[in-house]
Amino acid sequence: MSAVLDIVSIVLMTLGGVFCVIGAIGVLRMPGFYTRMHAASVIDTLGASLIILGLLLQSGFTLASAKLVILWLLIFFCSPTASHSLANAAYSRGVKPWEPDQGASSSSKN
Amino acid sequence: MMMYAAVIGALLVALCLLLTRALLGPTVFDRALAANAIGTLAMLLLAIFQFVGGRPEFVDLALVYGLLNVVGTIAVQKFFRYGDLGEPGVADEEHRL
Amino acid sequence: MLRFHSISVVFSLFAFWLLLSGYFTPFLMTLGLLSSVAVVWFARRMDVVDQEGHPLHLGRGVMGYWPWLIVEIVKSAWTVSKLIVHPHLPISPTMLRVKMSQQSPVGQVVYANSITLTPGTISVAIEEDEILVHALTRAGADDLAGGDMDRRVTACEARS
Repeated sequence: MSAVLDIVSIVLMTLGGVFCVIGAIGVLRMPGFYTRMHAASVIDTLGASLIILGLLLQSGFTLASAKLVILWLLIFFCSPTASHSLANAAYSRGVKPWEPDQGASSSSKN
Repeated sequence: MMMYAAVIGALLVALCLLLTRALLGPTVFDRALAANAIGTLAMLLLAIFQFVGGRPEFVDLALVYGLLNVVGTIAVQKFFRYGDLGEPGVADEEHRL
Repeated sequence: MLRFHSISVVFSLFAFWLLLSGYFTPFLMTLGLLSSVAVVWFARRMDVVDQEGHPLHLGRGVMGYWPWLIVEIVKSAWTVSKLIVHPHLPISPTMLRVKMSQQSPVGQVVYANSITLTPGTISVAIEEDEILVHALTRAGADDLAGGDMDRRVTACEARS
């Protein structure tokens, strides 16, 4: 039983790590600021959730797992707030969204 | 603890990629975005470390790091939007949030 | 109403304190209870104990909404991941305005945060009763403009 649980948790955590790497590749690869934010939100949602789910299977029903749940809730409540505030600040400072035909990156004043 | 090696390695690779983006820029908001994502990865790494070393206090560090991460991101965006952190009234005049 | 709210905040803070501390001796638990009461007392003096800071009334509606939201997040995160690893990066970034039909600020926050939480769409600015959304692909923008999420958040707000 415990071996099965171990394997499931390792698979979940590795998947989470893969999604984190994919999100990071997206942040590096995407053109323009707003498109990069979409890639970063993959890390914050799927990557973080899968890793924390895997850790939850490891820890079982203890105080540590309650703290992991609080950590998960913290990520889920605070990461959209932080990304919205960043996007709003960039928008109000006039960062232009990237257009497919323009080719260059969306930099403006900074 | 070999079982965590794969996921820690993946997280470190992701961290290096994000660090490249933070160094490349081009705008300050890109850097702040990369820093925010690096903070999330650091939280995850701290949460994993509690099982690697068998030290449960690391998850508390992760919680504190997450709180600081959010406050830091909001402080950075506020500074680069208004050019000041502690000027009351500027936000109310320009943007009614 | 305010008294009920304050008591509920004390209990949630105390539960949070217990989870973080992990000590269950009577002396320390009394100290924890006292500190939560003190915090709520300060918060009452600052006049921040209200429906917005502690949205109890959403409790029931949110339970039906979150599972749907999680499924939605997983689906769109999968779509965005496929886009990222695609060799040609087939993205079509779109800006659009979405109407929000929520009445209370809390409902509007839930809607805007749900949009941001789903990979592929980000709420950029809020103007009157519209949200300015940046979507990664045109398909994602059309999905959002269909208004399914808006209807669900409004229903979750109304059920309370």
